Amino acid sequence: MSSTTPPDDDSVTTTRRRFLTAATAAAGGAVLGADASVAAETGNLPPNVPEWMKAPGEPTGGQPYGAPSPFEKGVVRNISKSLKQYISASSRTPLQELDGIITPNGLFYERHHGGVPAIDPAQHRLMLHGLVERPLVFTMDDLRRFPSESRIHFLECSGNPGYTKPYGKTASDLVGLVSCAEWTGVSLKLVLQEAGLKAEAKWVVAEGADAAALTRSIPIEKCLEDAMLVYSQNGERLRPQQGYPLRLLLPGFEGNMSVKWLRRLHVTAEPVYSREETSKYTDLLPDGTAREFSFYMEAKSIITRPSGGQRLSAPGFHEITGIAWSGHGKIARVEVSVDDGRSWQDARLQEPVLTRALTRFRLPWRWDGKPAVIQSRAIDETGYVQPTLAELLAVRGENYFYHNNAIWPWRIAANGEVTNALA
Amino acid sequence: MRWREICGIGFAIGLCAFSCGAQAQSPYGIGRPATAAEVAGWNIDIGRDGSNLPEGSGSVSHGREVFAQQCASCHGEKGEGGLGDRLTGGQGTIGTAKPIRTVGSYWPYAPTLFDYIRRAMPQNAPQSLSDEDVYAVSAFILNLNGLVGADAILDAKSLAAVKMPNRDRFVGDARPDVKR
Repeated sequence: MSSTTPPDDDSVTTTRRRFLTAATAAAGGAVLGADASVAAETGNLPPNVPEWMKAPGEPTGGQPYGAPSPFEKGVVRNISKSLKQYISASSRTPLQELDGIITPNGLFYERHHGGVPAIDPAQHRLMLHGLVERPLVFTMDDLRRFPSESRIHFLECSGNPGYTKPYGKTASDLVGLVSCAEWTGVSLKLVLQEAGLKAEAKWVVAEGADAAALTRSIPIEKCLEDAMLVYSQNGERLRPQQGYPLRLLLPGFEGNMSVKWLRRLHVTAEPVYSREETSKYTDLLPDGTAREFSFYMEAKSIITRPSGGQRLSAPGFHEITGIAWSGHGKIARVEVSVDDGRSWQDARLQEPVLTRALTRFRLPWRWDGKPAVIQSRAIDETGYVQPTLAELLAVRGENYFYHNNAIWPWRIAANGEVTNALA
Repeated sequence: MRWREICGIGFAIGLCAFSCGAQAQSPYGIGRPATAAEVAGWNIDIGRDGSNLPEGSGSVSHGREVFAQQCASCHGEKGEGGLGDRLTGGQGTIGTAKPIRTVGSYWPYAPTLFDYIRRAMPQNAPQSLSDEDVYAVSAFILNLNGLVGADAILDAKSLAAVKMPNRDRFVGDARPDVKR
């Protein structure tokens, strides 16, 4: 593939679909201004009594599995229209439509390499073999018998976004391949101890039960630190798109390593050097060398409101809010600039700030109605400061492709329209 | 004195029994042993040195036929790419402004080709090719890249012996690489 074609669909930028833009206008009242004229015609506004108070509503239990309000039907995953291969592609979380830090399961980003398998959990098995004292096979019931734990962590695709134009228009176009959930399962360490690691055990090769039999090698240190075998997400069983009935979760590591539909763990002395960790998820430098086993997602942040595709209704008070995260631990600070990077001020972080999880930040702001450029930068607990795109390009060049964690500024025009300042 | 010795020996025996027992047993007693046949059936991991490559072999000429039937519709008649990745050419471009990443120009280890084709290709029917067909397609793709001859027949030993041009160009993760 040439340099103009990304190595895969991870960072295919999209033109926002028209109906999504329309939905944004309806949903983002504070930023965009409610369209009062439509509602006024119906007689539902004060001093009148709205029609939905004049008769009983839908019966209790009318939706055995609930769905969002029909008025939110535009808040959906952001799917590229130019996908070459639908079974081996990605869809993005509509970050600019969401609040807090938890991504609803139906909006969690997707990246598949061989489609979404339909797995009967009764027929699913996890095999653990290789450099262990006792090779074992587990059923899903077996895995649920282990002591369980729940933790909140983000998951992010390694290519989120790429380094070259065209850059996306919205926050979702740019970094919508990140989501965050509460995960429940069993510590991988417990399951490895059940089989007994041999002294030579240095890596664990994880394989999915999908049509790609996706395979990645994980250092044993990570497996014994905070890796999880996950069966539930945000309180319910994993969705098929997230690995039902079982997935690996490696907090802070690039998403493809958290192997979905997990069926096999092969304990080895060295990496398997699978296609995914040699020809695929490696980072090509300008001198022709390529970084391999580049696991961590470095500190990053993005302002989600106001952000690209939205419009400030009028000068005056607007809260600036967004999300920050780091694969290396907790977010220590998020700084926001509203003057094109000349000065920075600390945003307020929503507590609790969790390790390797999305962190919501907020900054009160009065827009004076003049053109402005706003941006955020994250600093994590290691002291690492989120870099600019120019700084990254200077070191990595345009063909690096993965692990772009650049600061992304938004330009606000005098009419309130928000656009990508680097596009 | 004697009583103490007996006690000491008894304690040592008890300790040994406990620790030996702990080593032979799983802490939670969950799961069942995996049989050798089960592991052999599922373990399709091929090491970069060719370890775990199966018996059998395949020729470039047979690979040409299998490729035309199973691969060409996505990867092009001669691996030039299409819906699927480009597989050939690009040698010498990796360190330039317009790198072309293919099996021949970028992949570091030839046995990975067997591993990946067998587990994931063809995309509409993975794990459907025989080991002989996978050897043959691997041989054909390597031949398209000028890395084995047109009369080559590859097996576990000869596939592992193919030296890929880009093998020594992979380095460790040097991040954080932007410092303030």
